[in-house]
Amino acid sequence: MTAAAEQHVARHLQGRGKGIGIRLGVRTTGCSGLSYVLEFVDEAAPEDEVFACGEVKLVIDPKSLLYLDGTELDYVKEGLNEGFEFRNPNVKDECGCGESFHV
Amino acid sequence: MALLLQISEPGQSPEPHQRKRAVGIDLGTTNSLVATVRSGTATIVNDEQGRALLPSALHYDRHGLSCVGYEALEHDLSDPLNTLTSVKRFMGRGLADVALFGEQLPYEFVAGSDSGMPKFATAAGAISPVQASAELLASLERRAELALGGDLDGAVITVPAYFDDAQRQATKDAAMLAGIKVLRLLNEPTAAAIAYGLDAGGEGTIAVYDLGGGTFDISILRLTRGVFEVLASGGDSALGGDDFDRAIADWLRAELAIDADMAPAQQRQLLAIAKRAKQQLSEVEQTQLTVGEQSLILDRDQLATLLDPLIAKTLRACRRSLADAGVKLDEIDNVVLVGGSTRALRVREKVADYFGREPLCHLDPDQVVALGAAVQADVLIGNKSGDDLLLLDVIPLSLGIETMGGLVEKIIHRNTTIPVAKAQEFTTFKDGQTALAVHVVQGERELVSDCRSLARFELRGIPPMTAGSAKIRVTYQVDADGLLSVAAREMTSGVEARIEVKPSYGLDDGEVTRMLQESFSHAREDMAARALAEQQVEADRIIEDIRAAIAVDGEQLLDADELECLRKSIDELQQLRETTREHRQLARKIESVAKGSETFAARRMNAAVKKALAGQSLDQLEGEL
Repeated sequence: MTAAAEQHVARHLQGRGKGIGIRLGVRTTGCSGLSYVLEFVDEAAPEDEVFACGEVKLVIDPKSLLYLDGTELDYVKEGLNEGFEFRNPNVKDECGCGESFHV
Repeated sequence: MALLLQISEPGQSPEPHQRKRAVGIDLGTTNSLVATVRSGTATIVNDEQGRALLPSALHYDRHGLSCVGYEALEHDLSDPLNTLTSVKRFMGRGLADVALFGEQLPYEFVAGSDSGMPKFATAAGAISPVQASAELLASLERRAELALGGDLDGAVITVPAYFDDAQRQATKDAAMLAGIKVLRLLNEPTAAAIAYGLDAGGEGTIAVYDLGGGTFDISILRLTRGVFEVLASGGDSALGGDDFDRAIADWLRAELAIDADMAPAQQRQLLAIAKRAKQQLSEVEQTQLTVGEQSLILDRDQLATLLDPLIAKTLRACRRSLADAGVKLDEIDNVVLVGGSTRALRVREKVADYFGREPLCHLDPDQVVALGAAVQADVLIGNKSGDDLLLLDVIPLSLGIETMGGLVEKIIHRNTTIPVAKAQEFTTFKDGQTALAVHVVQGERELVSDCRSLARFELRGIPPMTAGSAKIRVTYQVDADGLLSVAAREMTSGVEARIEVKPSYGLDDGEVTRMLQESFSHAREDMAARALAEQQVEADRIIEDIRAAIAVDGEQLLDADELECLRKSIDELQQLRETTREHRQLARKIESVAKGSETFAARRMNAAVKKALAGQSLDQLEGEL
């Protein structure tokens, strides 16, 4: 996780008022097979892997970890648009808009 | 362009391509804003220069709209006739209303044609307030689409609580013109309460104190089971922060013995100095004001002396609204501050004193309305789970339809939360009936004549059928803005007719109360009237049926005496139906006529069966069985 991403996650968690961190994951859905999950976490499940990144916790389930290993999470501003970007070296191809991908 | 994700609530990551882009828009008199929910937090969408506000100003030249916002404001002095500001004040108003605003208006008007709204005469031709508002909305929409990386799926637009139906409709029309899908119009004070999360508790009474640059609004809201109701709203359309600046400038002029008869440029300079001093005193204890060679110290106590008379005026308006709402001071659970002028510390102190509690003010008072609208837009577009769905309004009086005998069948009952759609099936009353009149009424009484008529229309082209076999589905739909549409559809043929009940159907609180009370005080006679009307309809039906049957085969199936007897009994029924007010008496007569016609009915049945079977051999029949 980049410093910018960490800072924004911390800010959003504070704004939300609860939650221990964020969950990264993948789901099998979408036009190219898989899509990303980015959610707040109130409680980690027993099977989850929890990584500490500075002041926030990153929660990933073991299956998603296979697809996400080596991924960098960044916070990006492009003009007026801003948000989190997954830089995943495992991705072979993705659909036009990048909402779903294939490994 | 890379995909930029936002953080979702647990278990609510949207499906790919299902991400909805929704915004809240505060379309203000002086300034407008747009906000959206990002990663669970409502945030204002700034323009490319990082500015949150879009001044609600437009400049037109002979080619059309030349610019909006800050750029348009620059033309305000040099080209006032073609620079439109405060357009919101003209929304949904007639030329007569506008005349009441007085002579200070810098614009020239041309009477509007169909809408009745006056239009601004500009170098680009006549521009209606709706068109001008649409340009502002379109500008905010472009900003939001750049920020969210795609087309908007919908927006919540805020309107003052006191806006009537015509003004609300004008706002919706402006959005439609700008190509924005309006999820809902939301009252500004309600939006402010939502921004502070006050809807979470589900219950409470909230005062929203909104002091802008030129206007003051106070609204008393009641929240019951998550439904906001505006109990009362009041204020002063000519009182705001600009008056604060003027008070300070007047003091400055008196202290420094400046001639009151000064040039406009110097006047503006004095006002600017006053405004800066006012803003600084929210941060520091005292400030130095310099005009030309002279300078002067203004401290918080002196500022308080200058502002107190103005603040007292706002508090008097608060007292009146509380009285209107029938709410006591100690029943107020929360006070919310809205509008840039509530940044003045003295305002906060006095409001806290008056209500006896600290007002909520940690959100930027210029942004709080747009932020609340964004939260609501996010829920309505479906980015949050359904349980969170806020129901914000209720129908004050039942909506019904006229049925045979002048009776009202209620389709949507009062206090139903909106938006709502309800359907009911009706049928034809006469054989071969090809049209049905739909009369939409509002009220709690049983008879149409005691309710308020909203609209009438006809469903035509029903295929001829025997009475009672057509299936006509009538659907009433009230959208989130309280606008009613009614559709009638004959199910077998698919013919359909519909009507939109346009504004002006709004009732004021007094009328609603009166109509409700009448429904209670007249409950007994209403019930009797309904029972009688029902029997009258039944009598008409049976008379109609028997007469029709007699005309077809009465003379073949009945002998002269029987026929005479039957005719006599229906004439008696006809007479009783016209004269009696006693529904039981009429019911008894109907029953006896029905009994008296049983023989005839049985013979007709036999004759019909014989006719159907005639010419068929027994073998054929058995084969079919």
